[in-house]
Amino acid sequence: MKTFDYARADSVADAVAARGRFIAGGTNLIDLMKLQVETPEKLVDISRLDLNRIEERADGGLTIGALVPNSDLAADPRVIAKYEVLSRALLAGASGQLRNKATTGGNLLQRTRCYYFCDTAAGCNKRAPGSGCEAIGGFNRIHAILGTSDQCIATHPGDMPVAMRALDAVIVTQTPGGDKRRIAIGDFYRLPGDTPQVETVLEPGELITHVELPAPPAGRQLYRKVRDRASYAFALVSVAGVVTMEGGKIASAALAFGGLAPMPWRDAAVEAALVGQAPSDAVFAAAADALLAGAKGFGTNDFKIPLARRVLTACLKELTR
Amino acid sequence: MSEQAIDSGERPGVLARAQKNVLGTPLPRVEGPLKVTGRAPYAYEQAPAGVAYAAVVGAPAGAGRVTAIDDAAALAVPGVVAVLRDDPRMPVGEGNSRAMPARGTDRIFHHGQPVALVVAETQAAAREAAALVHVHVDRAAGRFDMDGEPAQRDHKLGFLPAIDVGDVDAALAAAPVVLDEHYATPVHFPAALEPHASTVWFDGDVLTVRTSNQVIGAARDTIAKAMGLPAERVRVLAPYVGGGFGGKTGVGPEVILAAIAAERLGRPVKVALPRRDTAYLVHHRSATVQHVRIGCDHDGVISAFEHTGTAAQNDDGGFLEPIPFGSLPLYGGANRRFRTDLVRLDLPATGAVRAPGEAIGTFAVECAMDELAERLGLDPIELRRRNEPDRDPTNGKPFSTRRLTDCYDEGARRFGWPDRVPKPGSVRDGEWLIGIGMAAALRGNFTVEASASVRLGADGRAMVSCDMTDIGTGTYTILAQTVAEVLGLDPSHVDVRLGDSDLPRSAGSGGSFGAGSAASAAVLACEDIVAELARRMNASPDELTLADGRASAGGRDASLVELLRGEAIDAIGKSSPGAQAKKTSQASHGAHFAEVAVNAVTGEVRVRRMLGVFDVGRVLNRATAANQLIGGMVWGVSYALGEAAVVDTRSGRFVNPDFGEYHVAVNADVPQIECHFIEEIDDAANQAGAKGVGELGISGAGAAVVNAIYNATGIRVRDVPVTLDTLLAGLPPV
Repeated sequence: MKTFDYARADSVADAVAARGRFIAGGTNLIDLMKLQVETPEKLVDISRLDLNRIEERADGGLTIGALVPNSDLAADPRVIAKYEVLSRALLAGASGQLRNKATTGGNLLQRTRCYYFCDTAAGCNKRAPGSGCEAIGGFNRIHAILGTSDQCIATHPGDMPVAMRALDAVIVTQTPGGDKRRIAIGDFYRLPGDTPQVETVLEPGELITHVELPAPPAGRQLYRKVRDRASYAFALVSVAGVVTMEGGKIASAALAFGGLAPMPWRDAAVEAALVGQAPSDAVFAAAADALLAGAKGFGTNDFKIPLARRVLTACLKELTR
Repeated sequence: MSEQAIDSGERPGVLARAQKNVLGTPLPRVEGPLKVTGRAPYAYEQAPAGVAYAAVVGAPAGAGRVTAIDDAAALAVPGVVAVLRDDPRMPVGEGNSRAMPARGTDRIFHHGQPVALVVAETQAAAREAAALVHVHVDRAAGRFDMDGEPAQRDHKLGFLPAIDVGDVDAALAAAPVVLDEHYATPVHFPAALEPHASTVWFDGDVLTVRTSNQVIGAARDTIAKAMGLPAERVRVLAPYVGGGFGGKTGVGPEVILAAIAAERLGRPVKVALPRRDTAYLVHHRSATVQHVRIGCDHDGVISAFEHTGTAAQNDDGGFLEPIPFGSLPLYGGANRRFRTDLVRLDLPATGAVRAPGEAIGTFAVECAMDELAERLGLDPIELRRRNEPDRDPTNGKPFSTRRLTDCYDEGARRFGWPDRVPKPGSVRDGEWLIGIGMAAALRGNFTVEASASVRLGADGRAMVSCDMTDIGTGTYTILAQTVAEVLGLDPSHVDVRLGDSDLPRSAGSGGSFGAGSAASAAVLACEDIVAELARRMNASPDELTLADGRASAGGRDASLVELLRGEAIDAIGKSSPGAQAKKTSQASHGAHFAEVAVNAVTGEVRVRRMLGVFDVGRVLNRATAANQLIGGMVWGVSYALGEAAVVDTRSGRFVNPDFGEYHVAVNADVPQIECHFIEEIDDAANQAGAKGVGELGISGAGAAVVNAIYNATGIRVRDVPVTLDTLLAGLPPV
């Protein structure tokens, strides 16, 4: 670990003025600092800020403080009752110990578990821009099949953000200039393109303060995570789904995917293939075709293409039952 | 001193007469309270005054030569004391008392090979500076892929020579039924929870090394040899070890490097390997490719049995995975061939990890037997029963004890094996395909020389001492039980000292021989004490009864304290291999049963339950023995479903050298596991009558899981781990 300065922020204004790297639960950042993948000059500890409440808004939605631990959010009765997809996604992630420490804001900003990103001896455009991507042509079993570039094929590893993407969450921030921004989660992440080191639209020093969930959706919700072992493993494919039915037809569908792309993935074409249709194998196949039309495997992750199709189909059967 | 080779196969009188029934009972771990309250000091805990911290610098290439080391930036880091890079004693790899690693060379044998050591006032500064040491190399093309490298048949590596009995090829040509399949296993890391760590200091002129090591007597010799010191000037301490799994049988290069630093700097030095470094500085189990050919008649009676394979080693290593070791005595058949071929690679050393040979050899052979049974339309247990030999089929020796078929029967009954539906893919529970499978377990029994001292103190308490380690296996507890049993004491009145190389030399923890050999040495020491007590009672040892701290004989009765008259009795026992090891074929046996559920949509495999029945000779403690066997079964789940260290064949670096992506089973993967014993004391194995336990549980366990996956799905995977992508193509449509 590289030596760093440490400051504790007493207020959001302090935090954004401190001009350092924010740390709350530290479950991902400290690991990466030990590996010297992350080498911040200065850590700004935001863990004492007053951002750890979950509040119900007048429109029926929830405002979640950025410091609410994953385990608290998963266990909140309002979340369990009305945002089941989110509670299930949270409980599918990490381990009990990690969920106790990990925070809502930090979880949105988890870094990839790409093997080569974590190995400072390897070329990695995300960690060291311009050094190449050893995952391409290497071992890429956990890597992305959608949204990749020739610079980077890493996946976003999260579960919680996938459910939030299906729920159309809004991320509320404070900029170093003191402005408040509200960013739809669909606009929050960036694809790697030529700058895989840039993962979100956050400006330097900008702090996530809250996440807003819109009023609870109608219909059936599910989160299904496929992984290599029963716990403490990242998603190979995950699906967060919210579907409503009317008169035997799919009235609305929100489907987000983890493990497939550099960001929690959502594709309007998938939902368009479903809405207005009566559930059938052909309709589900059309949705899967839409999802995977641009999919590209890199060798050891080729299996994700048929796996995603199977899991999406099973999830749609469950959601439209 | 009571010294006895295991020649006669007779039970020592003190054990034959002892009727305290302390041995075998599930006595809770005597050191358990220390561990769960954090008072058991491990190697990296407790800092001697003035301690400095070390970090190893590794070679940044997989092959080639080191041309220069630039340490200017490292030395500029505040707190850095020294960069060690030119001492002629610096090793490039792990050493053991028989073989030292290369030193004084600029050759790179593998990526991460130690080339320098940074010493600093804090661990953080040492590690930060280590990353700043610039190692210049002249890179060479490396051999990183077993596929495509030539396999050598004629080599001198390993303890198991090639065996060829009868005419295997002719017997296979004549056999009406032949199974001929290839199997593969990946690199396995030892993956002990406690990373390798040492604290090194000079106590006067004695180099003292508190370290995490399984075999400290040998470690002392290795360190002395590496440092150019007489053995009596080296003391190794390892009172508590957080798991070894074979990876702590030798002395890692970081130990010698730290010792050199401690000597040159004149201050204590601590070193602990970060998890990723353990992949490069600790040996691993080689990947293997294996070939099994079995010829039999239509009734399944085997006429030819061949198990060969290929394993890797680097140019500096001397070990070779004995792939077919467990197959030698397992099944009959007059014509037999066993061999391990060698491939040289530029990777970190391969070495002993969790039942070398058997763990991965039984995977191939026990899956092959499952396949053969199906081909013959036979129940897998029936096929095994028809090929159960009445003596060792490879060397012709009688078995010392062998209760393998009893393990099958007892396991089948308890598990509900008769309810199995032989046709694969027949049982479905919602989205899950259900199957059951079984496999035999076998682990060769080794007898190894071991000594122990026992003192019966004037206060009537006993103390047993030896340089054994307790690597989580229960050594403290079983030695207390052994001495309590023989001397008629409550186990709480027996103190146990372990993990200090100044104590009598034991076999150490490895090869599953630790418990039996150390307990035997303790029994022999107690024989001397019992003889002395008998003399004081004017009786022969056979007439003496020891119970509850009292001695009685011929109507006379006295407390031990009275008999001791204020003075302790000291004795040393030594057990060594004798004629029995040459006359008999010795092994522990078992039968594994597993039920799995395979998700019909995703191919995810979850083990629902496992059951094992084991023949391990005398069970010294039912709880600690079961603990080891169940742990082995968990490792079986691990290697069947998850464990695979992946080498990037472009660079020779490991892709997944951490617990996030090197998938060992976690709690949620571990089902209900039952462990039962068929107990028959094996007096030919050692004086304690105990055969090896530690490595038996993993043997065959993974095969039972893989066979159950076949029964569930009809998909036969011969290349572990069985990750979901290996099953996807064979699953039913969604």
